[in-house]
Amino acid sequence: MTTEHMNEEHTAAAGADDVVLEVSGLSVTFPSDDGPLPAVREVSYELRRGEALGIVGESGSGKSVTSMAIMGLLPRNAKVEGSAKLLGQEIIGLSDKRISEVRGQKIAMIFQDPLTSLNPVYTIGYQIAEAVLAHRKVSKKAAMDRALELLEIVGIPSPEQRLRQYPHELSGGMRQRVVIAIAMANDPDVIIADEPTTALDVTVQAQVLEALQKARQETGAALVLITHDLGVVAGQVDRVGVMYAGRIVEMGAVEEVFYRPRMPYALGLLGSLPRLDGDRGDRLTPILGTPPSLRDLPEGCGFAPRCPMARDLCHQEEPRLALLETGDRQDAVEDGGSVEGTGPAHTAACHFSEELVGATAADLFRATSVDTEGVGSVAEVEAAESSVAGARGEYLDELGEEPGRAGSGTAEPKVLLTATDLVKNFPIRSKGLLRRRIGDVQAVSGISLDLRERETLALVGESGCGKSTTARLLLNLIKLTSGEVSYLGRPLHDLTDRRMRPLRKDLQLVFQDPFASLDPRMTVADIIAEPMRIHGSAHRDARKRVSELLELVGLNPEHGSRYPHEFSGGQRQRIGVARALSLNPRVLVLDEPVSALDVSIQAGVINLLEDLQDELGLSYLFVSHDLSVVKHIADRVAVMYLGKMVETATTDQLFSSPAHPYTQALISAIPLPDPVKERTRERITVTGDIPSPADPPSGCRFRTRCPKFANELSDAERAKCVEEPPELMDRGAGHRDACHYSKVIELI
Amino acid sequence: MLVYTMRRVLGAIPVLILASVLTFVMIDVSGDPLADVRMAQPPPSEEVLQQAEARLYLDRSMPERYWLWMTGIGGNGDIGLLQGEFGPSTQGPQYDIGTAIAERLWTTLRLVGAAMVFALGLAIVTGVISALRQYSKLDYTLTFIGFLALALPTFWFAGIMQAAGVKFNQLVGDQVFATIGDGRFRAQGEPLWDQFLNAFAHMALPTIVLMLISFASWSRYQRTSMLEVMNSDYVRLARAKGLRNHTVIRRHALRTALIPLTTVVAIGVAGVIDGAILTEVVFQWRGLGDFFITAVDNNDSFALMGWLLLSGVMVILANLVADLLYAVLDPRIRYE
Amino acid sequence: MSENGMFGSAHREPAKKAKNSADRTQLQTVLIRFSRHRPAMISLVLLALIALFAFVGPFFWTWDHTVYREIPSNQPPSGAHPLGTSAAGHDVLGQLMRGAQQTLKVAFTVSLLSTAVGALWGATAGYYGGRVDALMMRIVDIFLIVPLLVAAAAIAGNSGAGASWAAIALIISIFSWATIARVVRGVVLSLREQEFVEAARASGASAPWIIIRHLLPNAAGPIIVAATLLVAVAILAEAGMSFLGLGIQLPDISLGQMIGAARTAVSTRPWLFYPPGVLLVLICLTINFIGDGLRDALDPRQTRVRR
Repeated sequence: MTTEHMNEEHTAAAGADDVVLEVSGLSVTFPSDDGPLPAVREVSYELRRGEALGIVGESGSGKSVTSMAIMGLLPRNAKVEGSAKLLGQEIIGLSDKRISEVRGQKIAMIFQDPLTSLNPVYTIGYQIAEAVLAHRKVSKKAAMDRALELLEIVGIPSPEQRLRQYPHELSGGMRQRVVIAIAMANDPDVIIADEPTTALDVTVQAQVLEALQKARQETGAALVLITHDLGVVAGQVDRVGVMYAGRIVEMGAVEEVFYRPRMPYALGLLGSLPRLDGDRGDRLTPILGTPPSLRDLPEGCGFAPRCPMARDLCHQEEPRLALLETGDRQDAVEDGGSVEGTGPAHTAACHFSEELVGATAADLFRATSVDTEGVGSVAEVEAAESSVAGARGEYLDELGEEPGRAGSGTAEPKVLLTATDLVKNFPIRSKGLLRRRIGDVQAVSGISLDLRERETLALVGESGCGKSTTARLLLNLIKLTSGEVSYLGRPLHDLTDRRMRPLRKDLQLVFQDPFASLDPRMTVADIIAEPMRIHGSAHRDARKRVSELLELVGLNPEHGSRYPHEFSGGQRQRIGVARALSLNPRVLVLDEPVSALDVSIQAGVINLLEDLQDELGLSYLFVSHDLSVVKHIADRVAVMYLGKMVETATTDQLFSSPAHPYTQALISAIPLPDPVKERTRERITVTGDIPSPADPPSGCRFRTRCPKFANELSDAERAKCVEEPPELMDRGAGHRDACHYSKVIELI
Repeated sequence: MLVYTMRRVLGAIPVLILASVLTFVMIDVSGDPLADVRMAQPPPSEEVLQQAEARLYLDRSMPERYWLWMTGIGGNGDIGLLQGEFGPSTQGPQYDIGTAIAERLWTTLRLVGAAMVFALGLAIVTGVISALRQYSKLDYTLTFIGFLALALPTFWFAGIMQAAGVKFNQLVGDQVFATIGDGRFRAQGEPLWDQFLNAFAHMALPTIVLMLISFASWSRYQRTSMLEVMNSDYVRLARAKGLRNHTVIRRHALRTALIPLTTVVAIGVAGVIDGAILTEVVFQWRGLGDFFITAVDNNDSFALMGWLLLSGVMVILANLVADLLYAVLDPRIRYE
Repeated sequence: MSENGMFGSAHREPAKKAKNSADRTQLQTVLIRFSRHRPAMISLVLLALIALFAFVGPFFWTWDHTVYREIPSNQPPSGAHPLGTSAAGHDVLGQLMRGAQQTLKVAFTVSLLSTAVGALWGATAGYYGGRVDALMMRIVDIFLIVPLLVAAAAIAGNSGAGASWAAIALIISIFSWATIARVVRGVVLSLREQEFVEAARASGASAPWIIIRHLLPNAAGPIIVAATLLVAVAILAEAGMSFLGLGIQLPDISLGQMIGAARTAVSTRPWLFYPPGVLLVLICLTINFIGDGLRDALDPRQTRVRR
C-alpha cells in the first residue's frame, strides 16, 4: 500500500537541481541528568528554490530544535547527527569559520521574540549594517545605505531616523521587521522563520507576514516557516510538515494535509481548533493524553498512547514516513481541492493511514469535557464522563436549594453585572523618593456594559486595549477612577474590602497563566479550599467539596493531595476553574483562560467551560484576544481598542457583518486554518502600531491606523474623526459601533 | 544625559545626609570620649573634666552636637564639616583630624584603587573564560578558587603572604618585596625607576591580598551575566548573521555582559574598604587603617565619625559613577 | 504555546518527572536535590563535625581556653598538646575549640537576628510598594553603604562591648540585616504580581492572610539561601573585628583573635597562626557550599549540572 523511503524516489522525480536545502536523517540529542533526550529524530525534508515549507507542531515537538541544528546554533553539548545540505554543501558539523560564511549569506534566520532578538546597546542601523559587512567587503557607508534600503523594503516608516535609534525605541512589530531586514541583507537562498509572529498582536502579525512575503519576493529565498499556528501555515506556505515527538509524522501539499490528513495526530489537531469559519454549535474534539516525555518515548509509534485507533502493531513498531497511494488524490480532486497532477508527495507516518481516507476528527476523537490529559484510552474517558455526570447531578441538587438560581427560561434574562462609563487611569510616577505623578496611562476610558444571566459576553482586543483592566474593575479588584459598577443593582465600586467580601462569593475570576495562578507551595485541595476558608467554611465541609469540585471539572478527585507542578497546563487550568467555582459563583470572569494552552488541550478546557455554563447556569465575562475562540464560545462580543469600546453585538452579528473598521481589520487579520479560504478572502489591513495609552490620539482613537480614514474619507470627513470622539451608536438590533462612517461588510 | 546626571547627583544628597545622621548617632551613643580620662588614677579634678567636656562639645545636647558637627555654627572654629573641620580630637588639641585623614587618604586610596583595578581585570577574564568553558575542568577549578577566596579571612591571608614575601626575599637574596610599611617616605627624591621599584615592592603583596576579596564575587557575577547573555536571542541572531565566534563574544556578549557589573563593583567598594583596613594593619601601613585603630583606641568620636562618613562618601561616589557609567553603556537607561 | 529549543522541552519535564513520583512532598524534593549536590553534602558533614568539635569537644579535652600554670609556654605540637602551646601558657587545641564555638555562636545569632528583621522589613516594603517602599529601601541603602566591618568595629571598640559574644552579634546584625531586607523585598515585589496572589484577593483574602499564607512561604527559598550566606559574612566580620582587637576580648577567645595574637609569629611559631586560619576558612567554605547547594535545591531554575 505504501512505498518505503520517499526520499530517493521523490528526489529523482523532481530533479535535484532546484533543491536548495536537503535535510536527511537529522537527529538531535541533548544530554541530561536522567539520560539522553532525543529532541529530534530522523527528520528528512527538502526545500526547493523559492518554495515555502511550513513546519507545525505543539511545544516540545522539536520543530525549533531542527532548524537550530541546521543553522549550527545549538549549544555545544547537543549531539547532532545526520545531514543538511545547503546548495549541495554539507553544513552540519562545519567549523566556526566555514559555518560563518554560510550563515547570513546563504541561509538566514528569524527568531520568535522580537523584543529580545536585537542587541539593546547598538543602533538598528549598526545591527543591519553588521550583517552586510559580515559577508561583503564594502565600506561602512555602503553598508548603511543598504540598511536603509532594507528598512524601506520591509515597510518601516521614516527609515533614516530609525537607523539611528536603539531597539527599545521601536515597537515589537517594528523590531521583527528589522530582524527580517537583517535576514534578507545578503539575499540568502533560504530563510528560516521560527514562530516569527507568535509574540505579536494579530493586526501586527499581518503586517509582519506581509514584510516576510516582501522579503521573499526581493531575495527569491525559500522559506521554512516554523509555527504552532495552523492558520498562519495555511496562508503562507506551499507544503507543510507536521512534527510530533521529534519526528515528522505527516508532510505534503498544504491543501492535502489540511483537507485530507492521513495521520491521526494531524487530524486531531485540526479537529481541536476553534475556527473563525466554524459554527458556534460545533463541539471541539481534544486529543487524549499529553505529548510523550522525550526521556521515555513509548515503544512503537510516538502518538500511539493518545491515538484512538492504535492497535498492537502501533505499540510495537514505529511507522516510517511513507508515500501515500495516489488513490487518495482522486478523492482530492473530487472534493474540489486544488491539487495538480504532479503536486508534491503526501507522506504520513501511520500504519493505518489508509483507514483515514475521508475521516473527520469527530469520527475519531471524542468531544468530551473531562480531563483528557490524565487518561489514556477512550474507555477511561467514558468512565470519567459518567462519573462526572454523576458528580454534576449531585452538585446541581445541592444548588437547587438556593432560591432564584436555577429558575431560567423566562423571557428576558436578568442583568447581573452592569458597568457604566468605567474609567481607569494608572498614574505614571517619576523615579526617586518623591514619585511625583507625571502622567496617566488611560487604560480604560469610558466602558459601559451589561452581563446577563447565563450568557457569555466576550471582551476582545489586542494587547493594551484595557480588556483585562476592565475585567478587574468589574470585580472591584482595582479601584476605578470614575464610573459605576453594580451587581444586581448594588453599586460595588465604593465598597470597602470588608463589605465587598460577601459579594466575592458570587463574582469569581479564572486566570490566564496556569503556571502562575496556583500557589506552588500549596496542595491542590488547599488551593481549591482557600476561598471557602476565607469565607469561614469548616475544614471538613471544605474537604468534602474539594473532591466534588475536582470531579466537576473532570479531574480525578483523589488527586487533591498533589501539588500544582504535578499537573500539566490544561489540568492546572481546570484546578483554577474548580477554585473559582468553590463558592458557587454566579459570574465567572475568565481572563484569557485558554490562550496559554496548546490547541489539543485548549479544546477540552473550552468544552468544560461550555458544559459548566449549561449545567450550572453561570454567566461568563470572557476576556480574550483570540477571535476564533470567542466566536466559538460567546453569545455577545464587545470589541475594545485603546481603552474604548468600538463595537458590540451578538456573536453572529459581529462576525457576519462587522461594522467598525477596527473589527473588520481584526477579523480579517485572523488567519483561517483553511488554505483555500485563507488565500482567497478579502483583506482589510491596518498600518502602524497601537499608539501608547499614555498619549492616545484625539477624536477617534483608531484613526491613526484606520484604513477607511486613510483611503476612503475626504478631508472634511477626516476632520470629524480627528476632532470628535465617536459615540457608541445603535445600528439596530443591539448592534452598536463607535465609528462616524461605519459600514457593514461581510468577511468570512 | 545631563538631566540624568543632575538627577542622580541630587538623589545622592538625601542619602548622604541620612548616612551622616546614622554615623553620628551610632558613634555618639556608643561611647564616651572621656572614658579613659574619667578612669585615670588619680581621678582628674571636676574642673579638668568640665574643660575637656567643653572642648569636645560634650556639654551640648546630641542634636546640637550633630548640628555643630555638620555646620560648625556656634562652635570654636575647630568643628563643622561644611567648613572643612572634622571636630576636636581626644588625642589633644594639636591633633587635627582633617590633616591626619588627608595625610593618609592617598596611601589608602592608592591601595584600594590598585586592588580594585586588578580585581576587576582578573574577574572579567576569569568570569568570561568560566562562562565560555561552562562545566569544564577549568570552570570547576576557577569556581573552587572563587569559593576559597570568598572564605579566606583577609588578615590571615595577608599574614601568609607577608611570611611568603620574607621567604622569597631570603631565597633570592634581595629585597624584592617590602613586607613592612607603605614606603611613602623612602621614595622622595630618588630616580623615577627606583621610585617605581620601591612602590612596586611595597604595593605588590597588599594589592594581591586585597584584590582577592572582590575578585571572587565579581568573577562569579561576570560568569553568570556572561552565561545569560550567551544564551540570549540577540547573541543567537548575531551568530545567525554569520559573525565569527570571537566577534560575537567580544562585540555582542562581552559588551552587554559588562553592564550589570558596574553596579556590583560599586556596591563592592564598601567591602574593599573593610579589607584595606585589615591589610594595612598587617603590613603596618600608615594609612587610614592605622588612623582608624588609633581613633578607636582613644575613643576619638569625631575622628571615627569623620572616618565613617568619609568611607560612606566614597561608596556613594562609587555608586554615582557606576550609575552614570551604566547610563553611558546602556542606551535604555540613557533615554529614560 | 511557544517552543524554545531545548529550553522549551526542558520546561515540560519537571511536571512530567514529578508525576512519576507524585507521593513526594516538596520538602522531600528539595532534600533529594540537595543531596545530589556533592560539594554541599560534603560541606554539611564537615560543618557538623566542626560544630561537634567546637561544642562537644571541650567536654572531652583536658584543657580549656584559659591559661594554666602547668602548661609550658611556646611548645610546638606534641603528644600532650597536639597543637602546641602559646607564650602565655594556653593549650592551642583548647583555644581552638572555644574559639570555633564563639565564632559559630556569633555567626548564627547574626544570621537569625538579621533574617528576622530583614525579612520583615523587606516583606513590608515589597508588599506595600510605592512611597512606603521607596522610603524604607532608602534606609536600607544607608546601611548598605557603610562598610560592615569598619562600622561594627568602630561601635564595638567605642563602647567596649567585646566582653560578650552576644553584644558582638548584635552589633554585626545592625549592619547586616539590610542585605536580607533587599533580597526579600525583591522577591516579594515579584510575588505580589503573581496571579495566585490576585486569586486570593479575588476570593476576599486580607493582607495578613496573603502575606502569611502566600508571600512568605514562597519567599522561603531565597530567604534561607541569603541567611546561610550571611553566616559566612558574619564569621569573617567577627574574625576581622577580633583580629583588630575590637571584637571578643581576653580572657575569652575567638579564632580571629588567635590569628591577631599570632600574626608576628607566622614563621617562628606557625602552630599558633595556621590552625585558627584553616578552621575559619573551612567553616566559611562549607557554609558557602551549603548555600550554593540550597540555592540549587530551592530554585529549580538555577539548577546546574554537576559531576
